[in-house]
Amino acid sequence: MERTQLRRQVALTRQSLFDQGFLDEQFIQLEDLQDDANPNFVEEVVTLYYRDSARLITNIEKALEKNSLDFNKLDGFMHQFKGSSSSIGAKKVKAECTLFREYCRAGNGEG
Amino acid sequence: MFSGDMATAGEILRRSLTDEVGVSKGSVSGSEELHVLAVDDSFVDRKVIERLLKISSCKVTVVESGSRALQYLGLDGEKSSVGFNDLKINLIMTDYSMPGMTGYELLKKIKESSAFREIPVVIMSSENILTRIDRCLEEGAEEYILKPVKLSDVKRIKDVIMGGDGKQKKRRSVRKRGREDRNLFTITIVACTVILIDCV
Repeated sequence: MERTQLRRQVALTRQSLFDQGFLDEQFIQLEDLQDDANPNFVEEVVTLYYRDSARLITNIEKALEKNSLDFNKLDGFMHQFKGSSSSIGAKKVKAECTLFREYCRAGNGEG
Repeated sequence: MFSGDMATAGEILRRSLTDEVGVSKGSVSGSEELHVLAVDDSFVDRKVIERLLKISSCKVTVVESGSRALQYLGLDGEKSSVGFNDLKINLIMTDYSMPGMTGYELLKKIKESSAFREIPVVIMSSENILTRIDRCLEEGAEEYILKPVKLSDVKRIKDVIMGGDGKQKKRRSVRKRGREDRNLFTITIVACTVILIDCV
């Protein structure tokens, strides 16, 4: 039964995302908000997140290209990025954001 | 209503610090739906909070900024005759960090308004900063909750707003505090309670 195998594959992939620390319990919260009346909720949120993240990353890249780094601006972007990552349970991204912000606060451009 | 218990002493302290705590217990009957105005500049957070509220059987209006929220409430300075009776907002939940007008500034504007100061305002923030929390609570915020917001947060707030007196739930205004924070928090409350008792 291909379908069963596919389902198993999806379940395994999903579990490994948790095991590897990419996702945390907030993601489960979102999954719980999905039901028959709103079957695509998680997909919709994640799509929004990707769109939002792409925009933020573009802004961050532009800011990083400048000769003198505006750490406040960068910190602002990262605050937003961290916030939305936290809301969907993107644990690893959130951790990276935290680290990035620490560098910003220390004025550490190399970091 | 409140016992002299330590956990609730903190609540007494907070309530005594604010002029009026806008808990509209009388105004929402069991059969009515709670109408919540949610304010957040993040697309993702707006989507999540909207769903959390809808799944908790609330009517939701979501806006992306403090100024939009004021516009919605009719508090933006445009002297239209107050039709707020039709709006019937029972609760406002706002993000703290927003560009332009912060959640704190929005809270102040709402509490300054005679028409809307009774509406409970909940602040949401990803940052667990004691001074910020105290400032919000002093300004009259009903609660300060940490992001990411969970369903249990929404359910708890809804119970409080709709008057869950029968339940023995301890209302914790800030969840997920570290042990150090909790100790500092406890010490502060004890100290303030002692001062309060002295004054009485």
